[in-house]
Amino acid sequence: MLNLTLKVWRQKTPQDQGSIETYDAKNIPEEASFLEMLDIVNGRIIETGGEPIHFDHDCREGICGMCSLTINGVPHSKEKGITTCQVHMRKFQEGDTIWIEPFRARAFPVIRDLIVDRSAMDRIIASGGYIDVRTGSAVDANSLPIPKTDADSAFDAAACIGCGACIAACKNSSAMLFTAAKVSHLGHLPQGQPERDKRVLAMVRQMDAEGFGNCTNQYECEAACPKEISVDHIARMNRDFATALVKEQLLS
Amino acid sequence: MSIVLDSKIPSGPLDQKWSKHKMDSKLINPANKRKFTILVVGSGLAGGAAAATLAELGYKVKCFCYQDSPRRAHSIAAQGGINAAKNYQNDGDSVRRLFYDTIKGGDFRSREANVHRLAEVSTNIIDQCVAQGVPFAREYGGLLDNRSFGGAQVSRTFYARGQTGQQLLIGCYQALEKEVHKGGVQMFPRTEMLDVVLVDGHAKGIVVRDMVTGKISSHSGDAVIMATGGYGNVFFLSTNAMGCNVTAAWRAARRGALFANPCYTQIHPTCIPVSGDYQSKLTLMSESLRNDGRIWVPKSKEIAEKLRNKQILPDSVKDEDRDYFLERKYPSFGNLSPRDISSRAAKECCDDGRGVAPTGLGVYLDFRDAINRLGEPAIRARYGNLFQMYDKIAGEDPYKQPMMIYPAVHYTMGGLWVDYNLMSNVPGLHVLGEANFSDHGANRLGASALMQGLADGYFVIPTTIANYLATQTPGKCSVNDDAFKQAEAETTARVNKLVGIKGKRTVDSFHRELGLMMWDNCGMARNKTGLEENIRRIPEIREEFWNNVCIPGSGNMANMELEKAGRVADFLEFAETMCYDALAREESCGGHFREEYQTRAGDPDVDSGLVAPGEAKRDDANFAHVAAWQYNEGQAPTLHKEQLQYEEVKLSVRSYK
Repeated sequence: MLNLTLKVWRQKTPQDQGSIETYDAKNIPEEASFLEMLDIVNGRIIETGGEPIHFDHDCREGICGMCSLTINGVPHSKEKGITTCQVHMRKFQEGDTIWIEPFRARAFPVIRDLIVDRSAMDRIIASGGYIDVRTGSAVDANSLPIPKTDADSAFDAAACIGCGACIAACKNSSAMLFTAAKVSHLGHLPQGQPERDKRVLAMVRQMDAEGFGNCTNQYECEAACPKEISVDHIARMNRDFATALVKEQLLS
Repeated sequence: MSIVLDSKIPSGPLDQKWSKHKMDSKLINPANKRKFTILVVGSGLAGGAAAATLAELGYKVKCFCYQDSPRRAHSIAAQGGINAAKNYQNDGDSVRRLFYDTIKGGDFRSREANVHRLAEVSTNIIDQCVAQGVPFAREYGGLLDNRSFGGAQVSRTFYARGQTGQQLLIGCYQALEKEVHKGGVQMFPRTEMLDVVLVDGHAKGIVVRDMVTGKISSHSGDAVIMATGGYGNVFFLSTNAMGCNVTAAWRAARRGALFANPCYTQIHPTCIPVSGDYQSKLTLMSESLRNDGRIWVPKSKEIAEKLRNKQILPDSVKDEDRDYFLERKYPSFGNLSPRDISSRAAKECCDDGRGVAPTGLGVYLDFRDAINRLGEPAIRARYGNLFQMYDKIAGEDPYKQPMMIYPAVHYTMGGLWVDYNLMSNVPGLHVLGEANFSDHGANRLGASALMQGLADGYFVIPTTIANYLATQTPGKCSVNDDAFKQAEAETTARVNKLVGIKGKRTVDSFHRELGLMMWDNCGMARNKTGLEENIRRIPEIREEFWNNVCIPGSGNMANMELEKAGRVADFLEFAETMCYDALAREESCGGHFREEYQTRAGDPDVDSGLVAPGEAKRDDANFAHVAAWQYNEGQAPTLHKEQLQYEEVKLSVRSYK
């Protein structure tokens, strides 16, 4: 059993100022997950008449991308390659103080406590992060052989769970890794070629319009990414963007 | 009230019913489509696919989900794969064989026509997903790769590493966002459906709560589609996401929709065992692991005891002391036996005192032989992310020691009753995916849930919904109608009542109490005494809940305890119907195992060696029907039956020996 001190960001409404509050987390089983530790603490807060700490979570197995806590200053904690819900208490020591804050970015306004609004990421996808095929019009799946290496590269980028850790980790709140992962996923596949230029231009412009910053090559994004998506995709997107921009200007 | 359950199955030979139905279905011309508004609740594979496809066709679509983005729906967590009768492996697969495997896998308790249609459209799904850019696994020649899954002897499962559900859902989400961008779909994330609105008996709208502001409002439309998933969280612990709930389906049931076969729940054999009472959910380890992993417990209780106390390590147990119980009991399917059968076999071993987890509830899933045969890199390429996931949760390296697994609640085959058009008995209310009951009978085979969700959403509902819409005048109802005002007022009153209780117990404590009771008496094995006990106790817990639950804060803002409370309140009503169904079904079939009805020595099929003693024993003469339950306020539910007609398949004993 662990006895810990929590320093937690509390903010009742989007308009409130918000502040860090301190909580004791006593007798926490080492086998519990980080979010189960918060469940235990919340149960005690409710039983003593308080309002529980609000946080986003859903699948609790590291794939839905809903959980989004900054733990001791690092999105999803300093453990490599995992989401918040996959952090386990056996990684902490007796007497530790843990700082818990939301994923912070200008484009991620706080809704309550540790819950933020990440709908800007949906709007980036909506601007062009897809292949425009109509249901029912597809040809036989094996009529388009795709080299295994291309399919694997596409998959590496497609593994993104859209959690926003890359953005919260970046000092510029840049969404470059998130956007590049989608550009790269579709750009690696033959199906993605017809809209390749249009896609990268639209997505990058939407990213800018949402208020995300630019990339200054510090790579905190890759370090924080629970799916360990490589920053190489950013370089690839930059190249695609430059090519598409030149073509657009020559043609207009 | 007497309800006639007309399945509307088309006439004609089985393999031509769907083609014929498509030809016979009504069409709505493009200029008229845009006058119809369709409300889609849920944005997983079924809901997302339906919303995107209906918008492509020209309908106006509003789509609602409780998560912060449609990309987070729980379809995303499906790991293993999706079945399709492509026969790319040339191993003898066909639409007919996928159909038969699915019917048999469901223990002959599903509709022939629905299952055949599912097998037919399975091939279109793979084409569609590849066109969307879903990065399925490929062979070096560039063609699609396949693997095997439980309950089948062919390789027909398409997969994307261990994240097939994620990749299919992202494809579907992108199609949905494409339509959002084009203006065909209006998306409402962080919005929970709390009631369905009926106008003259037709579903014409929904009441929702904005989970950010707490505002309760309603939306009107010409038809409602619910694709709201399953009710596995009635057990508190399950592999479902924390937010999965029965609320939308149950609210519809309270408004008159029939709930079919609620007792059919799937207990998945390969999950990480429970470790303590703080636990909030169970994690599935994909069934695909059973392609290369071998499941065993020690032959003797003494060795099991030593393993539990960590006096010895599993790799030190000699082969002759190991019982590979699935390979022993089901030699032809072995470790790839269907889920219900594998789960019960694991439970038997543990009940026998040979379980290996510290709690006694666990068996080994061992990759030693596969690693020796293929090498660690090959195993890493196939299952790397799953092994990593296990390591993170259990704190043990599965490359070195076998995984420890135990069955857990995973999927629910029961759901709202629907006809061949996927419309419930409430006109206008359509139900897709796990939320309906139609395709999996009493047990679902692996890699069939993704197939059904996408079949319903991409290929079935876009055709069949026109049969309803063609009978309707578009835009007839508005949220200013009395029915909407009244439903909104009822929802507001319920929310206020919940917030006003200010009792002593947390929502989770009630949920955990209910879940434990359901697991003990309505879980992997059920009997009359336990079910009657639940039917007596559930109303008592419900009574206490409504007097003693504590929900801090108000309803006018984000309030996660209030959200949970609404869902648990509905589970507390639904659970009772589930127990009534399990009690009324006096047979064992698929995931529904009544201890009183099992094969025993002396049965002709046991003596002939077709099945072993202790297997599920069906009663086709009396129970080859769908049990559809009608909600009655304050009273026991009423049972309505739809007889299952088998034209092509001969009901047989389900043997995997």
